[in-house]
Amino acid sequence: MSETDFLAIAPITTVAAFSLIAMLVDAVVKKNTTVMQALSIIGLLAGIGVAVWTLPQDVSGFNGLVKGGGMSNLFDILFCAAGILTVLLAKEYLERLGGAFDEFYTLLLMSTSGAMLMAHSTNFITLFVGLELMSVCFYILAGFMRRQLRSNEAAVKYFLLGAFASGFLLYGMALIYGATTSTGADGILSGMSYTTIVANAAGTTMPLLFWAGVALMVVGLAFKVAAFPFHQWAPDVYEGAPTVVTGFMSTAGKAAAFSAFIIFINTIYSSGVEGIDRLQMVLAILAVGSMFIGNVTAIAQSNVKRMLAYSSVAHAGYMLIGLATGGADGSFGILYYLIAYLFMQIGAFAIVGILEKEEGRNLTFDDYKGLGKRRPGLAMMMAIFMFSLTGIPPFAGFFGKYQLFKAAIGADMTWLAICGVVASVISVWFYLGLVISMFFRDSEEREGTEPPLSGLSTAALAIAILGTLVIGFLPQVIYNLL
Amino acid sequence: MILLATLFIPLLVAGIMMLIPAGQGKTHRMLAAVGTGAAFLVSLLLWFQFDSSNAAFQFVTDYPWIPSLDIGFRFGLDGMSVLLVLLTTFIMPIAALSSWGSVRDREKQYYIWMLILEFGMLGVFMSLDTFLFYVFWELVLIPMYFLIGIWGGKDRVYASIKFFIYTMAGSLLMLVAIIWLGTYAGSNGGGFTTDLQKLLAIGPNIALESQKWLFLAFALSFCIKVPVFPVHTWLPDAHTQAPTAGSVILAGVMLKMGTYGLIRFNLQLFPQSSLHYADIISILAVIGIIYGALLAMVQTDVKRLVAYSSVAHLGFVTLGIFSMTTEGVQGAVIQMVNHGLSTGMLFLLVGYIYDRRHTRQMSDFGGLARSMPVYATFFAIAVFASVGLPGLNGFVGEYLTLIGAFTSKHLSTTWFAILAASGVIFAAVYLLILFQRMFFGPITHSENEKGRIKDLSKLEIGILVPLVIFIVWIGVQPNTFLKVSEESSRAVVGVVEKLSGSTEYAAEVTERMTGNAVSTPVPQENQPIPAPGKVEQDISEVENNLKVSPPSTTVAPEGK
Repeated sequence: MSETDFLAIAPITTVAAFSLIAMLVDAVVKKNTTVMQALSIIGLLAGIGVAVWTLPQDVSGFNGLVKGGGMSNLFDILFCAAGILTVLLAKEYLERLGGAFDEFYTLLLMSTSGAMLMAHSTNFITLFVGLELMSVCFYILAGFMRRQLRSNEAAVKYFLLGAFASGFLLYGMALIYGATTSTGADGILSGMSYTTIVANAAGTTMPLLFWAGVALMVVGLAFKVAAFPFHQWAPDVYEGAPTVVTGFMSTAGKAAAFSAFIIFINTIYSSGVEGIDRLQMVLAILAVGSMFIGNVTAIAQSNVKRMLAYSSVAHAGYMLIGLATGGADGSFGILYYLIAYLFMQIGAFAIVGILEKEEGRNLTFDDYKGLGKRRPGLAMMMAIFMFSLTGIPPFAGFFGKYQLFKAAIGADMTWLAICGVVASVISVWFYLGLVISMFFRDSEEREGTEPPLSGLSTAALAIAILGTLVIGFLPQVIYNLL
Repeated sequence: MILLATLFIPLLVAGIMMLIPAGQGKTHRMLAAVGTGAAFLVSLLLWFQFDSSNAAFQFVTDYPWIPSLDIGFRFGLDGMSVLLVLLTTFIMPIAALSSWGSVRDREKQYYIWMLILEFGMLGVFMSLDTFLFYVFWELVLIPMYFLIGIWGGKDRVYASIKFFIYTMAGSLLMLVAIIWLGTYAGSNGGGFTTDLQKLLAIGPNIALESQKWLFLAFALSFCIKVPVFPVHTWLPDAHTQAPTAGSVILAGVMLKMGTYGLIRFNLQLFPQSSLHYADIISILAVIGIIYGALLAMVQTDVKRLVAYSSVAHLGFVTLGIFSMTTEGVQGAVIQMVNHGLSTGMLFLLVGYIYDRRHTRQMSDFGGLARSMPVYATFFAIAVFASVGLPGLNGFVGEYLTLIGAFTSKHLSTTWFAILAASGVIFAAVYLLILFQRMFFGPITHSENEKGRIKDLSKLEIGILVPLVIFIVWIGVQPNTFLKVSEESSRAVVGVVEKLSGSTEYAAEVTERMTGNAVSTPVPQENQPIPAPGKVEQDISEVENNLKVSPPSTTVAPEGK
């Protein structure tokens, strides 16, 4: 193992090592959530530290299996940040609603390292290993409230459909491998490397086999990012899963899938193979479909968690704009949007989790009535997250959308940006609907019946709000890192 | 520095208020008054230091934000925006003070929103960067949304969401246009930029076909805000449901963001398209004037009547702008200020009577002149100012815009001016009927009798007097204000004039001129039309100012 190999996977190894340590500690020190929490936070912070440290090193390791530095490391930081926020929120939520098992933290760390592997993958094998590591943990986490029917249902649904999607993905990989690699040349592993694929596909007209493979891979990855028309699982799983897990899945999980998606699609674009414009058009259609279907369906929801689930489909649509345009602008747009999305989405789910009561009660728009009077601070934060998700400046979501629309217009796809803004207007309806419930309508409930916020939740919310407020002033920092 | 101080004082005070517990309503009230008052005092320095003989942007600051995309915190003022900034800082303390008596629920939030609103509106008028402008433009929505939604009337939820969706739907297309412009600048060698001063040089070079789309994207956003017929329907609801101070701010300042945008962006960035669409927008403006007035006539709710009168008054402003003559633009600018003062005052007065009687139906009043003589006097001044009585402010603005529309060679017919002039008569009809029904005749409701209804308090009079002073001042000595914006208006018109002579419009315009002998320029006392040679010379100066020379005063060196 050479030095570059080590540099390329250093952040992943750190978090993976901590997940193993956590598992051992959990076996030795029984039922000590505080230790587990501290351990996970230390592990994730260490992951961030290592990712920052190796960020300037643009390296490829293990004969093209993985790469490191630049955007991959920024994604690492994003996953770890999502993990930290989730850890901070988890204890209070799980204890209150009956799911306080310390395996949660091990699984969280493992899924984080899986996500990180995806962001580093430049080979089908590593991509698949990372994806499965993350997904299997997610299946368990979704069903973590094991005495609750909804949670079990979510886990089974997610598992069955996820397994199908993985199948599509694998089949796609096999077809691409078959179309691009002559057998026996340099072994299966390197034959599955993106560089080999590009070298063999460059500038040629590839057979239908190749495009069938690409199409299947797009289906698999679109499923993971919950894009139209492969989004049907999202609302049920997001609703049934424990709210803290939903927050994590819908940000880190989506981000991981996008990180792999970016590398894969841009590899194909850069190969200059015949027919790229059709691929772009397909991705653009997926983007438009996701934006509109997600937002329009979200209008009809009366459950806040389902509303956020459907709107997350729309957010996947906005980010698909960056894939359809491709190039550095598009990738940067997605990354930047995901950073913004991380804070506002986890923040929103954090508040949903804080307000949630046993058996999934207190989750409808009606339950939020009068919140502006009962808990003004919490309601104001929720309002900020909602404005940010709508894409209204000066909050993070706007700056993310700006980058994506800019990428679209820069790539001569102005119509895609126009679809994006029209979809944003539709989303005003339900995001502001929640604000209306909280501030403009009163409920009969007495004031002061709510429990106070725990310190950890307060810290998580403070981070999320801070992120939502200052992300708009940071794009130059991120530009300079890439 | 003064510019930034004016801008950030409201935000700073809002920040301080957030740290003070909600229970201390009195402290919050005081702080809001102090904050808005301080912003006004500081902005007076801007007024005195402004060099009105210079059409270029002044007090310019430029701090980097996203250097890779050439997005920066660029602020600056020209003659038009300095007037609007002053109008904003002047109206805000009035709005804050007027809420002292009427707002008792969640005062902390209320005043914080109000200060953030002031911050946003000032930012809109000060921004010299399209990206920054957009951020402020949208930022304004949030506080207004809460002001209407929490402290508004019975149908406040409907009104607030309608207000929000209308404005947002318009402005998002503007966002696409802003990015498109930046990208266009980038693909033409200069690199992506949102610097307005750079874009002003680039805009007129864009091919007409694309320019038209950009013009429409910007115009839609601004027309919704103004509002121009037929996208005005949010306004009566928002105005009627908003709390008094909210209506005052909406009418006083927020609507001007739209007309300001039309001048600053549409006219200056896309002069050829402005010429192309001048007739269409003028038709809409004239429809707005007449339709707004007709609707105002049939209202029974006093506040709704005043709201519809806004649609009519803003029609004059739009018509003046798209006459693209110096008189028209000057008239539009002064009319923006006038409308802010007189309609703001009308909303205040309606709010006062509502606080006393909790009704706004005209039929619930009558004979108030006897029981509330002071109130009646102020109401009369506001009504006459709004009608356009010579000697008060409304006359100056309407007269100039009509002159502009009448003499403009860019509008294809003088019928615009003639029809618009009839709007003045309509205004007299509905406003005088309103005054008569409320104040004369027998007292039909015993609540309105002397002794049972209180006349204006000292605080209320104190709030109204500054408004009256400026209403009279502008009416008697408009030059104090007109001369400030004169050079800037001339610069805007100059760009349009030059391009109208050099493009395919020359032929079209000649045709109109020969076919239509009425529209020869008529000299006018305050605004002498310069000789043709002088125009050319002026334009080249203006061009130079706009394109080349960075504005001289207060360039922030530490920002570079």
